[in-house]
Amino acid sequence: MSFFSYAWNWIKQPQQWHGSGGIPVRILEQLYYTGLSLIIAALIAIPLGILIGHTGRGAVLVVNIANAWRAIPTLALLVLLTIWLGFSVLAWLIPLVVLGIPPILVNVYEGVAGVDPELKDAARGMGMTPWQQVRKVEVPVAMPLIVLGLRTGAIFVVATATIAAYIGLGGLGRYIIDGLAVDNYGEVAGGALFVVLLALAVQALFVGVRRAAVPRGLREQVRSS
Amino acid sequence: MDWSAVPGLTWESAYLGIVPALIGLVVSLPLGIACTRWRWLYGPVLSATSVLYALPSLALFIVLIPYTGLTDTTVIIPLTLFSLCVLVPAVVDGMRSVPDPVRQAATAMGFGTLRRLVQVELPIAVPIVIAGLRVAMVSSISLASVGQLIGVSSLGYLIIDGYQRDFATEIYVGGGLIIALALVCDLLLVLLRRSLTPWRPRRARGRPENVPIGVPAQPLPGGAA
Repeated sequence: MSFFSYAWNWIKQPQQWHGSGGIPVRILEQLYYTGLSLIIAALIAIPLGILIGHTGRGAVLVVNIANAWRAIPTLALLVLLTIWLGFSVLAWLIPLVVLGIPPILVNVYEGVAGVDPELKDAARGMGMTPWQQVRKVEVPVAMPLIVLGLRTGAIFVVATATIAAYIGLGGLGRYIIDGLAVDNYGEVAGGALFVVLLALAVQALFVGVRRAAVPRGLREQVRSS
Repeated sequence: MDWSAVPGLTWESAYLGIVPALIGLVVSLPLGIACTRWRWLYGPVLSATSVLYALPSLALFIVLIPYTGLTDTTVIIPLTLFSLCVLVPAVVDGMRSVPDPVRQAATAMGFGTLRRLVQVELPIAVPIVIAGLRVAMVSSISLASVGQLIGVSSLGYLIIDGYQRDFATEIYVGGGLIIALALVCDLLLVLLRRSLTPWRPRRARGRPENVPIGVPAQPLPGGAA
């Protein structure tokens, strides 16, 4: 039997769609964990990235964080926090936020620091205050990379939230972990299929965000580069 | 804690992390070269690799279980697919970093397409390609530990076992060894790059990795973005 037939046989059972462990509830849980973590990560990483990109101070730090972050084994971070803190909101929220920050921070930094110096000069020459330079010139020009950073952050948070089912978090990862524990491949496959669909939906969402957020004057150039 | 298992697990982790990056490179070289040659190909390839990259590793492992079972292959295939998202752009950027005059000089000296590729273009592309390979390898070494959740053994075993026995030391050892392994591989790749590109100055401090030293910066298509 193929992956899809296993998944479909499980998904079509009516009992999977009701109650506190039903598919709709699990999807909402996953969206909640992912959304909350991403918002917190963005609230920390976007201002910090803009500040570092604008002033140029701390750039080395950002690059090092970006490199170190890829080496962090997600699973180890999750189980360690659970052992230290017991299973609580912080045990999953901290790893999700921590893993979400670096891709946003790096891309925002790269975007703002990479703004054409002539553009920055022009903004200053027009008499813009530093705040206006950031808000009206640097951030709009950096927008493609800022959205890319958020998208990459979202990818990591979705994936990590799935793995976090292992330490007891709800969401779609529950089906995978619970199904593996009792050797019910149908449940595992059903969960994995929804995780994949959710990840694709998040991607599609960011295509839309990008379209809405990137200034019209930049769109053509972005596509060609 | 059973120390005698550690060398075997470390080897497994190295294998599961290094093999995907190397297969990814073997796939990315022709794909990236094709994307450089036929520019229209690059957009679709980039979209495809970034969609694959967005899929959570755990879900992909599960999708493959009916076809490849609980084997190393089940972990290696998704990690290979992820690596393409970094490696294909690295090859394309590397090929684009070859200055046109150099290419023309090679042609004028009578180099055919293949000889020019192997003896001129690829050596110039090496620093950027290896920068991509470093990212791919470090990521796949740390991601390989997630395979432990479906029972594919690696240093992730120490993390899971430590968690189940509430024994933090084992998790430190497992997580620490994964990070150490990633750093060692990263260092080896840096050394490889140095030996492959002896003409580059040893100390390239303060310069971004992806700007080849001594090559004038190519104007980006589209200017500001």
